[in-house]
Amino acid sequence: MTVPTPSLPAMPVPIQSAAIDSPLSASQRRSLLAVLGCMIPASEVFKVPGADDPLIVADLLNSLKAQAAALITALDRLDALCGQTFHTLAADAQPQALDDFRRADMKHFALLVTLCVQCYYRDDRVMRSLGMEARAPFPKGFEVPAGDYELLDPVRARGPIWRDPTG
Amino acid sequence: MSAMNAPVDVLIIGAGASGAAVAWSLAETRMRILCLEQGDWVKPTDYPSNGRDYEARQMDEFHFSPNRRASDVDYPVNEDDSPIKVANFNGVGGGTVLYAGHFPRFHPSDFRVRSLDGVADDWPIDYRTLEPYYAENDRMMGVSGLAGDPAYPPKTPVMPPLPLGRTGMALGQGFNQLGWHWWPSDSTIATQEYGGRAPCINLGQCIAGCAQGAKASTDITYWPEALRAGVVLRTRCRVREITTNEAGMASGVIYYDEHGIEQFQPAEVVIVACNGIGTPRILLNSASSRHPDGLANSSGMVGRNLMFHPYAGVYGRFEAALDGHRGPIDAVWSQQFYETDPSRGFVRGYTFETTRGRGPVQTALIGMLSGKLPMGAGHHAAYRGLFDRIAGLVAICEDLPEAHNRVTLDPTLKDSSGIPAPKVSYTLSENSLKMLAHSAARATEVLRAAGAVDVSVTSPLSIGGWHNMGTARMGADPERSVVNEWGRSHDVKNLFIVDGSIFVTSAGVNPTSTIQALALYVADNIKRRLANLFD
Repeated sequence: MTVPTPSLPAMPVPIQSAAIDSPLSASQRRSLLAVLGCMIPASEVFKVPGADDPLIVADLLNSLKAQAAALITALDRLDALCGQTFHTLAADAQPQALDDFRRADMKHFALLVTLCVQCYYRDDRVMRSLGMEARAPFPKGFEVPAGDYELLDPVRARGPIWRDPTG
Repeated sequence: MSAMNAPVDVLIIGAGASGAAVAWSLAETRMRILCLEQGDWVKPTDYPSNGRDYEARQMDEFHFSPNRRASDVDYPVNEDDSPIKVANFNGVGGGTVLYAGHFPRFHPSDFRVRSLDGVADDWPIDYRTLEPYYAENDRMMGVSGLAGDPAYPPKTPVMPPLPLGRTGMALGQGFNQLGWHWWPSDSTIATQEYGGRAPCINLGQCIAGCAQGAKASTDITYWPEALRAGVVLRTRCRVREITTNEAGMASGVIYYDEHGIEQFQPAEVVIVACNGIGTPRILLNSASSRHPDGLANSSGMVGRNLMFHPYAGVYGRFEAALDGHRGPIDAVWSQQFYETDPSRGFVRGYTFETTRGRGPVQTALIGMLSGKLPMGAGHHAAYRGLFDRIAGLVAICEDLPEAHNRVTLDPTLKDSSGIPAPKVSYTLSENSLKMLAHSAARATEVLRAAGAVDVSVTSPLSIGGWHNMGTARMGADPERSVVNEWGRSHDVKNLFIVDGSIFVTSAGVNPTSTIQALALYVADNIKRRLANLFD
């Protein structure tokens, strides 16, 4: 089961969601969607999609590269821990199953979390909801205030603290 | 059978921090100088901060772990027997491509630890000897900072300091409340136009390569000048071993070229600049009937005395937004606990570096893996309480040399050229464990004083093997050291080492400034002694 995506204002599509050659079986794909939606569900309050949003899932599958085999292993291990295919678990049982997975198999849990958040938190809609511009850091960069160097006055006032080995 | 290349006067292995500095310094001699580098040039347009997937690429092909990157120019490291994992970068610029640019010098006391504190050994040189080379290196790399730091003898940075930002201000106020030292960090990140480099625009991605070119990696500082002066740099050339002749002198190296073809490069002088892991690896792999225990290893010290800097990481969550992912990682350091105080229960000390914050992906990843950021319906509200609201301190603890901490050749693991991989065997000393605990407790106090509402400690940072030192130590005694007081092998008189492996002790600061100052110092000694270099 996936959490429905709330209605959102139209946004530019950040990453092409064209059909992709998924390395996952249909069942594994359903489990992946369930995992993603369970980890980060959509929110009407914050006006953000869930991690199981089609654009975000497409981004994830497009950027799998060498991690595809490890993802399949992780989903298999999750199924094994659950005693059944993850997506067939009742929706209210899935969060506990994922938390159990975190405690039992951090390596593969970490892979699932990494794949989830590295695509979720670069989505245009999510970045905007955080007050960020939906862009790469370069070339525009960011502003950082210089700060007040008078804060150093008490440090200066205490004098040298280095040890002179020549005495 | 190796193909034969034209002989050169000086062959440098490795184009990183020290290899670049020594190449540039020696170029004025007009000798034929060749550098072999196993990696490639990296184009600034390839750095992750050019793209929206910058945090993902930082965890993949620009990760500081060679085992994680596992590119064709990397060599694997067996680090199963070490709680601290090795970090490096193989390419022109070496570790400076991925370092944070934090650029403290050693202190005068760091060269006299035996005399002052009764541990380890004194260096055969002192701060005053290196001071002009520190200054020259500061000019070449372009160091920003604020003069007048009471933790150091007088020194003058060449550019204004990095911005304190909200994070530096908050933590500075925390230090002030406790009456402890803090100061804007010396950094190789340009704060104004400098030597063709553009000033920092706060990309916040220093440790994945600087797309702006503000951070001084040696591919954009020393190397352009060295190449203009006639030094030749060949990339994707992986050295397997240093060869010797019947006179016991180094005769050149055997390497694999960019096509994987074995080559022999003859040389009058060989300089090794492959860092504290790569250098002992090559020396040990250069064993022969003349040198059965590895080259330059009559002392048995090659590969021994490996020092990392054990790191404690302490992070606080604040109610107000700080700099977060914006700006150079480093802003401020504190050396309140740098010099030995016997009442603390350990000798030597550490530096605190402030860390500004995390990007959106890292915020989520670390939060969810630690269990502090929930999955499910509560995720979004909790995330907004973390994002841009995390700041931290890392403590860089001095690691003392211990012979059992070492680099050897792995009997089975090899790189893609079939060269044995290094195996790291390392344990944290009792002194280090006490220092880590002390630093974590003091960092927690600072963060609380600065207003953090939730503090967490990770100690030691297992990923923190950024500094690899001591595995071909310098000394006057050939029975207890690998190179003499000016970097020449005791055993092989035309073989020099210029990287962090010649460190006698590690100090409690990032080593790159001292690595490069040493490389310039060794180069100067070579130039001054050319007439009788091999005596």
